Amino acid sequence: MANYTLQALYEDDDHLMKAVKETRSGNHHIEEVYTPFPVHGLDKAAGLKPTRMAITSFMYGVLGLGVAIWMMNFMMIDDWPRNIGGKPSFSYIQNMPAFVPIMFELTVFFAAHLMVITFYMRSKIWPFKKAENPDPRTTDDHFLMEVSAEKNNVQSVAEFLHATGAKEVTLKQS
Amino acid sequence: MSHYEAPIRKPLVTGDKSYHDVTVDIARPIEGRANKLWWIVFSIALFAFLWGLGCIIYTVSTGIGVWGLNNTIEWAWDITNFVWWVGIGHAGTLISAVLLLFRQRWRMAVNRSAEAMTIFAVVQAGLFPIIHMGRPWLAYWVLPIPNQFGSLWVNFNSPLLWDVFAISTYLSVSLVFWYTGLLPDFAMIRDRAKLPFQKKIYGILSFGWSGRMKDWQRFEEVSLVLAGLATPLVLSVHTIVSFDFATSVVPGWHSTIFPPYFVAGAIFSGFAMVQTLLIIMRKVSNLENYITVDHIELMNKVIIVTGGIVGTAYITEFFIAWYSGSPYEDYTYLSFGAATGPYWWAFWALIICNIIVPLSLWWKKMRRNIMWTFIVSIVINIGMWFERFDIIVLCLSKGRTPSTWAMFSPTFVDVGIFIGTIGFFFVLFLLYSRSFPVIAQAEVKSILKLSGDRYKAMREAQGDDVQLYELPKQQPLPDFEKLIAEQESQQEDVVEESGGLAEKLILNIGKASKEVADDLKRLSGVGPALEEKLNQIGVYTYNQISNMTEKEFGILDELIQKFPKSKTKFWAGEANLLNKK
Repeated sequence: MANYTLQALYEDDDHLMKAVKETRSGNHHIEEVYTPFPVHGLDKAAGLKPTRMAITSFMYGVLGLGVAIWMMNFMMIDDWPRNIGGKPSFSYIQNMPAFVPIMFELTVFFAAHLMVITFYMRSKIWPFKKAENPDPRTTDDHFLMEVSAEKNNVQSVAEFLHATGAKEVTLKQS
Repeated sequence: MSHYEAPIRKPLVTGDKSYHDVTVDIARPIEGRANKLWWIVFSIALFAFLWGLGCIIYTVSTGIGVWGLNNTIEWAWDITNFVWWVGIGHAGTLISAVLLLFRQRWRMAVNRSAEAMTIFAVVQAGLFPIIHMGRPWLAYWVLPIPNQFGSLWVNFNSPLLWDVFAISTYLSVSLVFWYTGLLPDFAMIRDRAKLPFQKKIYGILSFGWSGRMKDWQRFEEVSLVLAGLATPLVLSVHTIVSFDFATSVVPGWHSTIFPPYFVAGAIFSGFAMVQTLLIIMRKVSNLENYITVDHIELMNKVIIVTGGIVGTAYITEFFIAWYSGSPYEDYTYLSFGAATGPYWWAFWALIICNIIVPLSLWWKKMRRNIMWTFIVSIVINIGMWFERFDIIVLCLSKGRTPSTWAMFSPTFVDVGIFIGTIGFFFVLFLLYSRSFPVIAQAEVKSILKLSGDRYKAMREAQGDDVQLYELPKQQPLPDFEKLIAEQESQQEDVVEESGGLAEKLILNIGKASKEVADDLKRLSGVGPALEEKLNQIGVYTYNQISNMTEKEFGILDELIQKFPKSKTKFWAGEANLLNKK
């Protein structure tokens, strides 16, 4: 049957952490937590998996390095080799010392920008996106935990959240 | 013990601030009105900018000949200003990236403005290469794109092209780093905004940031990785700028010491500019509790270190110029010839501004004196401008053939463009200081319990394990079961209020009950919510659906809000198919 979501509001990060731990050990399902700043250890306490952003960045960096090598090999060696101050224009590897700066720059360029774009896409943030925090106070100094409940235990879950010291407990309107 | 910090460390946030106080303090300059002083300074900056713009237009429409360049000194103010601005642009990324990797918490108060300064300074720097091309509309020729000359590609062996890649990578990565950090702070302004226009603007700027825990987890990792990428990037950029000189054969330029010494000089000048800006800003925007004297002292210590590296490099260069015994080295920018020749004033300006005056910061009293720090920071900015002027003009003025020796004197256009970029820089910074959260408030909040004096005092009074919060006054718990029951009965009321339409519908399509219900969600456009509404009306089976005609769909459309009427043309077919299975 229909699922319900209860929202518990806290005023402090330590208090929230305590409540999150209690909720998890009380076998209730935390759907989401909204916080005004990064609360350290919250992801572990709420049972989130580690993020893979760093791995994507590494892969994008390798891609950038590959693009740089391909581009300079094509332009300077294959397509139109030129004699510039007698530097070797026939072999990529022999001319490479001059290409290192741009190989580095493009590696960083790809790793940084594509990772940030991945972050924006995965977290669904972009211009004209509507904010989804349920209470405007959660970007100021309040912390909101969403816990799911069934129709038959809404009241008991709400009482549980009340007992953790939540300032307000409300039912999410679907 | 989760928020322990050694008591000997001075608090980074003073004034007994709570989380909400931080919000209010950071939002105040944005929500309030600009005072008279701001308007005066803004007008001056805008005037300087327009003056510079006029000089740029004059240069471009007449030609580079309006500058003071001559046959010998064919590179002077433009490149001096370019290197000066790029150097200033180094402190921001250093503060945000290197200090993040070293977990220096004091960076939180200054990183936002330092990064803004970086971006605005690199914008100014980028103007000069484009103007000095003479035909800025051909600036795209520096990009490796197929062109009308039969794919004659750009020269990847040239340090000038490395610059193109280094500066554009640096500018764009710094911008993204800065903007990503701004998202939660824009969200804070958005959620506080009262005027609909502000709400809309900051809503767009904040990219709909909601502060979910997964977003924060990614945010922190992205920040860390960007810091890791930006650290070698910031070192590479000024290294590459120094290659513009170091790979040449001009005496005084072809020097292997240039890359590290340029980088140290860049950080030196960048921190000086941060001091200049923040000492004013903390006063004007009442941020003395966030940018404390301790912050200023810490930045002064960075200035001592980088200034020391720069000073050592100067002395090394001077010594080597003498020790080499080469007559060509006699008139490099750091040599006996420079100190006593026609450019003696530029030489001594460099020595006094960059070595002697900053030495005063070894005294703690001077380091913590805000007025003196401000003066020193301006002196260093002047000195670092002279460093670039000396490297470029002095080294060129007396080259290998005495017949080419010449002096350089700038024209009003040279000076005008430089003043114009200073005006442009301040226009951008002043606009920023009134419309952006100038301190990374989300990050400051995350260190508040560690380093805020309010919480440090609590721990001092009651021990390190003290609970750092008070339980909130709880609101009474509503009766949720009653609430849900009421909501559901309201929904049923809707069906009853329909004046027998539902009964009529069931009469037409046949009765069914819950026991024989089919999965209506398999019809197109039907989700759990709509299925429930259909069930409430009495529609349970595919058979009923396949009996429906246009008329019945019309009734449903009246009974159910947001009924996907356009999808119903598929339903009869789908229901028939599903029924056969």
